[in-house]
Amino acid sequence: MTGDATARSVTGMLTNSLDAAVAQRGAASPAQPHTASAPPSDTASPPQPKASSAQSDAASSPPPGPDPLVISIHALRKRYGDREAVRGIDLEVRRGEIFAFLGPNGAGKTTTVEILEGFRHADAGAVRVLGAEPWRAPSAWRERIGIVLQESEAEPGLTVRECLQLYAGYYRAPRGVEETLALVALHEQADERATALSGGQRRRLDVALALVGDPELIFLDEPTTGFDPSARQAAWAVIAGLREIGKTVFLTTHYMEEAERLADRIAIIAAGEIVAQGTPQTLGDRQLAGAHISFALPQGTATPELPPALAAAARPDGAGRIVLTSSSVAADLHALSEWALARGLDLNDLEVARPTLEDTYLKLTTTDQQRS
Amino acid sequence: MRLLAHQTRYDVLTSLRNPRARFFTFFFPVVLLVIFAGVFHGTTTVDGAHVALARFFVPGILAMSIVVATYGNLVVSIATLRETGVLKRRRATPVPPAVLVAGQALSALAVTAIMATILLAIARLAYGVGMAPGAIAAIACTAILGTLVFACLGYAVSGLIGSPDAAQPIVQASTMPLWFISGVFIPTTNLSGTLRSIGSLFPVEHLADGLHLASVNSSFASAISPSDLLVLAAWGIAAAAFAAWRFSWLPSSARA
Repeated sequence: MTGDATARSVTGMLTNSLDAAVAQRGAASPAQPHTASAPPSDTASPPQPKASSAQSDAASSPPPGPDPLVISIHALRKRYGDREAVRGIDLEVRRGEIFAFLGPNGAGKTTTVEILEGFRHADAGAVRVLGAEPWRAPSAWRERIGIVLQESEAEPGLTVRECLQLYAGYYRAPRGVEETLALVALHEQADERATALSGGQRRRLDVALALVGDPELIFLDEPTTGFDPSARQAAWAVIAGLREIGKTVFLTTHYMEEAERLADRIAIIAAGEIVAQGTPQTLGDRQLAGAHISFALPQGTATPELPPALAAAARPDGAGRIVLTSSSVAADLHALSEWALARGLDLNDLEVARPTLEDTYLKLTTTDQQRS
Repeated sequence: MRLLAHQTRYDVLTSLRNPRARFFTFFFPVVLLVIFAGVFHGTTTVDGAHVALARFFVPGILAMSIVVATYGNLVVSIATLRETGVLKRRRATPVPPAVLVAGQALSALAVTAIMATILLAIARLAYGVGMAPGAIAAIACTAILGTLVFACLGYAVSGLIGSPDAAQPIVQASTMPLWFISGVFIPTTNLSGTLRSIGSLFPVEHLADGLHLASVNSSFASAISPSDLLVLAAWGIAAAAFAAWRFSWLPSSARA
């Protein structure tokens, strides 16, 4: 499991650097015109080189060439009336990665995503998505992104294929309709009315509608909420497949298992602030957190009888078991088993567990809510 | 332009496949004409001319059908598309918003053209209510303007509705009383002065009046009613301005 994950993230990094290399050569010229109306690319327009040369130099200080950062957010703030939904967050998403954005309802997650998608403007801070400020971006910018909304129903009256044909017509260089259908495994339903699909099929149609424009960056907002386990597995295969074809994915979800399974990196937002950022393995210093060693002692055995080093880290869990928080599992287990053998105890119910991503998430989001 | 044709094609397809729109647009007007022409006999006065009641009903029902097919249909369908996230998803693509709006308007024009052709054909074949070519041209001009104006009104009113469930009752409440005081079912000459002046404030009366005028005249110049068209256009401009100010592509639940 862990080995798998490591292998996956290594592959992910390889893909990233490959993509970045490809992008360096290919994307520069087609990408630039799209961002022409964004302020910093003033440098690209030659008309008055003298008048604004100082400004241009300042603006062009980041290295030229395509940005390996697909999304960068710095000190973003957004306020609704009295309530500050987003309180100065920083985030970066690199080309080719699956980035999971987690947080409880009302934490500022949807607001942030809608700002990145260009549906809302920021009150303060710098936001760049594919080199442009989303809410000011021209429609050419939308050629390069795909969005799967949290809630959106099918186009009424149209078949699955017609829905895709309608959306394909919105793009200058769409992916083929049949190819897109195959990508989400809906080719057998192509001639059914979209409104007649099952929940899981309709969600796959949403993904297909976001993919038909062949975008570089895809936003997936809670793509598997309400799915049964097999539909979720199928959806995960589709999302993992997006990485294989070199897409960058910005994923929001409530399912820790989903983030752990799919994401290269994770950020957690709570009460409008980023409380943790990292890989699924290192999020919230999870890899450094102590493992829990737990066992039950026979009736009449008291904790103080444990070796002093262990007794200090042990506490009863209230359900008849002793829990040791350990930062050196091998040594502590050794001491424990020596002690148990000496007393003829077999400790048949011994368990060793690391905190799960869900434990980490709950710890991070709960403390933050209590703090505010 | 290519994009507009593309969008319009799918909007027409969607309208024609919608059972509610199909009933109210194509079936209901014909049923009304058959019932009214079968139940009420006699004559009335339109623009000073004595005409059979059937000739009075045809333009009135045509006016009503334009309002139902355009305004009624758009209020319900746009409120539904918005609240179910379909409009937001379309706006997430590179398609310019003007194309989405114009596609709906052109689709309404296409549906109106089909409906008007059916209604006028039945009027001529079954009730002998024929129109001169000049009058047909005047009806076409008035119907096109009326369709565009009521499309603007549909966009304006849909922006006020927070839930698709509220859309149908609002359509009924905002149109039903007008059928009776705008010369659609009852000649305005039969109404009290107060009702008549209330009716003339609203665009339905001017659409019906323009179409009535066309039905009793034969040359284009005498069949067209510039004053009614001006009032209609004023309503359309006001509605478009209101829609531009108030319209949202996002579901109301997502607006903070």
